[in-house]
Amino acid sequence: MPRVSYYPGCSLEGTACDYADSIAGVAKALDIELVELPDWNCCGATAGHSINHRASLNLAARNLALSLGRPQPVVVPCALCFNRLRSAQAELAEDLSQVTPQIAALGTDFSQVEVVELNSYLSRPEMMDLIESRKVVNLEGLAPVCYYGCQGQRPPKVTGHPRAEDPQGMDRLLKRLGAQVIDWSFKTDCCGASHAIPRPDIVFTLVGRLYGKALEAGANCIVTGCQMCQANLDMYQTEIAKSMGREVYLPVLYFTELVGLALGLKEAPGWLKRHLVSAGPLLSKTGLPRQTWERL
Amino acid sequence: MADQALSAAAAASPPEGAAITPRSDFMKQCQAESGINLAACYGCKKCSNGCPVTFAMDLHPYQVVRYAQLGLPEKLKGCRTIWLCASCQTCLTRCPNEVDLPRLMDWLKEAVLKESRPIEEKKTALFHQLFLREVKARGRVFEGSLMTRYLLMTGGAFGPEAMKNARLGLAMFRRGRMKLLPRGTKNRAWIKGLF
Repeated sequence: MPRVSYYPGCSLEGTACDYADSIAGVAKALDIELVELPDWNCCGATAGHSINHRASLNLAARNLALSLGRPQPVVVPCALCFNRLRSAQAELAEDLSQVTPQIAALGTDFSQVEVVELNSYLSRPEMMDLIESRKVVNLEGLAPVCYYGCQGQRPPKVTGHPRAEDPQGMDRLLKRLGAQVIDWSFKTDCCGASHAIPRPDIVFTLVGRLYGKALEAGANCIVTGCQMCQANLDMYQTEIAKSMGREVYLPVLYFTELVGLALGLKEAPGWLKRHLVSAGPLLSKTGLPRQTWERL
Repeated sequence: MADQALSAAAAASPPEGAAITPRSDFMKQCQAESGINLAACYGCKKCSNGCPVTFAMDLHPYQVVRYAQLGLPEKLKGCRTIWLCASCQTCLTRCPNEVDLPRLMDWLKEAVLKESRPIEEKKTALFHQLFLREVKARGRVFEGSLMTRYLLMTGGAFGPEAMKNARLGLAMFRRGRMKLLPRGTKNRAWIKGLF
């Protein structure tokens, strides 16, 4: 039974609680023990690295220090948290001078920590074998494009990603669960991330482009492993479609939700219900059992 | 000392269209403080061809590097581009010489705030500041108070956007995605001296 550390990050305690619940449900069904990092703190996110580099380094450093001597790897579902922890790790390997004494007292041998993004972790060959061995439902009829976003892959020097411009993890995993995964060229194109608040116009342009390309590729849904991407693609879909002057119906699902559906988990419809674009009309046209979609 | 030299350089910035005498002091200061090797850029513009946000920018990413190389910080600290960069890291990933452009954008934003200069994208800067205020208060971010403060300070709570924001907020609340109580780290001694 795999036992790993788990760093959820702030948004999984809030607006991305649907993602958090799907991760907990899937981990339980797979007998993966997620040990939450005790008293973890915010990674600093975009705000931290944008306007306070020193604080950003220290926020990540404290989480890395808390990971010392804990189960490895440290699995991170949020792409941005993952990137912040890895970036700080790279910078701190060269220079520890900016770490505050209180945080340095927790330990500074950060090279001992293995930070892994959740979708990379669950698409390791042995994990895919495990998931497939417990599959009870085929995801037939689902034709997703996998959308990875930015922070899990780039820059590869920091993330260690072997295929930063064309990641395959979720594609491979979902194919093995029976989905007709569609290849497209926009899997790592930016959604605009936190610009959604101060400059929604930028996010609307970027997300509109992604919708257009997903539909052009023949997808009937978008699957992601980043709650920031999920929010930007799901929350404003009606408004963005209107500004594009076309109809768009693309449910935006977490890959963990699809794993949950394939494992036949009863809680899965409850996670899907919390998105703004209902997956009901899509799932009702697939071969998935009625109870997975009738209340969506 | 360095600051004085830089403001002297800025005062000496030639008017639009006039010849520029490159100065390396700004590039040296940037490298010393941020570790970015700006001299490595030879202007291939891969950064700008791959950048997803150029449509909204007033300077293209390669121009940011070029102005820095020429020693014209005023141009950079007064532009929108540094605030509009989405930190997507595409430029750095594709740069043949690994010029850390996203880090340069961050270093410039931090300088603008430190020097209390006018900010071209005020809402973006405010959002970052309010976000860090959350972290400073309890070690984690509580989206409820972050968004409330932001909307109150930018007019989104009363203006024409208010109904739209309220509908979205209600939709999130109904789905159990809007939490009412903040969580934070138990230990908060570590936050002291960080901001």
